[in-house]
Amino acid sequence: MPETLVFYTFSAVAIGASALVIGQRNPMYSVLLLIASFGALSGLYIQLDAPFVAVAQIIIYAGAIMVLFLFVVMLLNAPREDAAEWDRSHPLRHPNVGRFGALLATLLVVQLAWALAKVSELESPVASRADAATVGSVLEMGRVLFTRHTFAFEATSVLILVAMVGAVVLARREGDR
Amino acid sequence: MDLRLAIQLGIIGLTFFMLINASALLVLAERKIMGFMQQRFGPYLVGPHGVLQPLADILKLLFKEELRPKGADKWLFTLAPILSVTAAFAAFATVPWGAETTFFGLLDQPVKLGVADVNVGLLVVFAVTSMGVYGIVLAGWASNSKYSLFGGLRASAQMISYELSYATALAAVIMLAGSLSLREVVDSQAGAWFGLLPRWYIFLQPLGFIIYVIAGVAETNRAPFDFPEAEQELVAGYNTEYSSVRFALFPQSEYINMATMSAVATDLYLGGWHGPFLPVEYGWIWFLVKVGIILFGYIWMRWTVPRYRYDQLMQFGWKWLFPASVINLIVTAAVVLYLNA
Repeated sequence: MPETLVFYTFSAVAIGASALVIGQRNPMYSVLLLIASFGALSGLYIQLDAPFVAVAQIIIYAGAIMVLFLFVVMLLNAPREDAAEWDRSHPLRHPNVGRFGALLATLLVVQLAWALAKVSELESPVASRADAATVGSVLEMGRVLFTRHTFAFEATSVLILVAMVGAVVLARREGDR
Repeated sequence: MDLRLAIQLGIIGLTFFMLINASALLVLAERKIMGFMQQRFGPYLVGPHGVLQPLADILKLLFKEELRPKGADKWLFTLAPILSVTAAFAAFATVPWGAETTFFGLLDQPVKLGVADVNVGLLVVFAVTSMGVYGIVLAGWASNSKYSLFGGLRASAQMISYELSYATALAAVIMLAGSLSLREVVDSQAGAWFGLLPRWYIFLQPLGFIIYVIAGVAETNRAPFDFPEAEQELVAGYNTEYSSVRFALFPQSEYINMATMSAVATDLYLGGWHGPFLPVEYGWIWFLVKVGIILFGYIWMRWTVPRYRYDQLMQFGWKWLFPASVINLIVTAAVVLYLNA
């Protein structure tokens, strides 16, 4: 019973904080609520018997990436984002953008409904399966990551590099060279 | 109630009590040692030889008026000190401070000294310590004051830069011990080489220890790396606008962080509770002695070494400390791999 209670508490915090990240207009609060959401998620990982994943979540997301986010928000000194002050001719104000967003949202709802319908078909919880040890033990996890999933692991790093190069290209103004 | 649960709760309470008092004791020790180094007495009037001075300080702070600047962010201004002191306390949760003991035969079963024994204990300490930066950054931002903001910005830049070397130094010890659990790291340091030299990792990792200590001082924002609160430039840095209890929580979390840093250094490099003359059951005495020595070094450093310049700090962190820690890690990895093969 306490486990269920803890699970629902963490879930409520994670969902509520994530909703508020986009629901309120102060970017500083958004960053902090995102951190709260990550913390709640890492609590859920601990409940799944995966302490290493939980701690990695805190170190990487809450400890490193979000500090950078906070840094940028602080340096921009943007107290609030106000839609009324937006440039009317901004490409994101185009009606097609809204239509595309609506399409993506519908797709997400359909996917969620499909996934929830499939939940009852899962044969057993993760903890009772034979390879459950891979989630908990750091040694097993490293071994699996660097043997079976090497390709996915390396592909992810290339993906991050592509994103970084993309960000640099986007951020550089024309005629800066 | 279950007896084991009661004992565990007792140990948690004892650890909490020790940490709270550690901050008070460190304030006193700092002022006494500073006085000694500057050839004066330090606090002398409250209690015999001034030992009750921290109590007087705390009472004074409790009865001060709590001020909040008009332009400050109401929620974050209150949240910031709470965050930093919570992170400071929570970081100690997985640090063991003694072997199994029966408390001088009082208990029929031995218990482990330490709040929680987690198999990723070292990473938990690291993760929670890295949360502490939010308290300082938010304090700087929420105060709506330029001095506070600069203090907060400096703190975050400094902590991000030095966290890297800090974690890399830790990784080398993890490789040697082959475990992420702090208790197992300590127990792998039991015994002595040739029956003489203790098997402490400081002898295998002298460079790692130096890197850890330097990065640790920078992480806890202590002199000579106390830029977030550089008086001459920033009034008091991130806590300029704070008063009363909210202010008191910042120095308290700083002192608790110092204690945690020293305790982790003791566990990782100085053999934890292992030492000569004492049976391992009373090893917590050795532990406290070692932590005390490191803390004395901390204070000694503050009152003898002048503050760096900010660009020097960044240059040192990125151009010297980080490469040194990476080289340390690579050499350690190569040697461990060679010896195990």
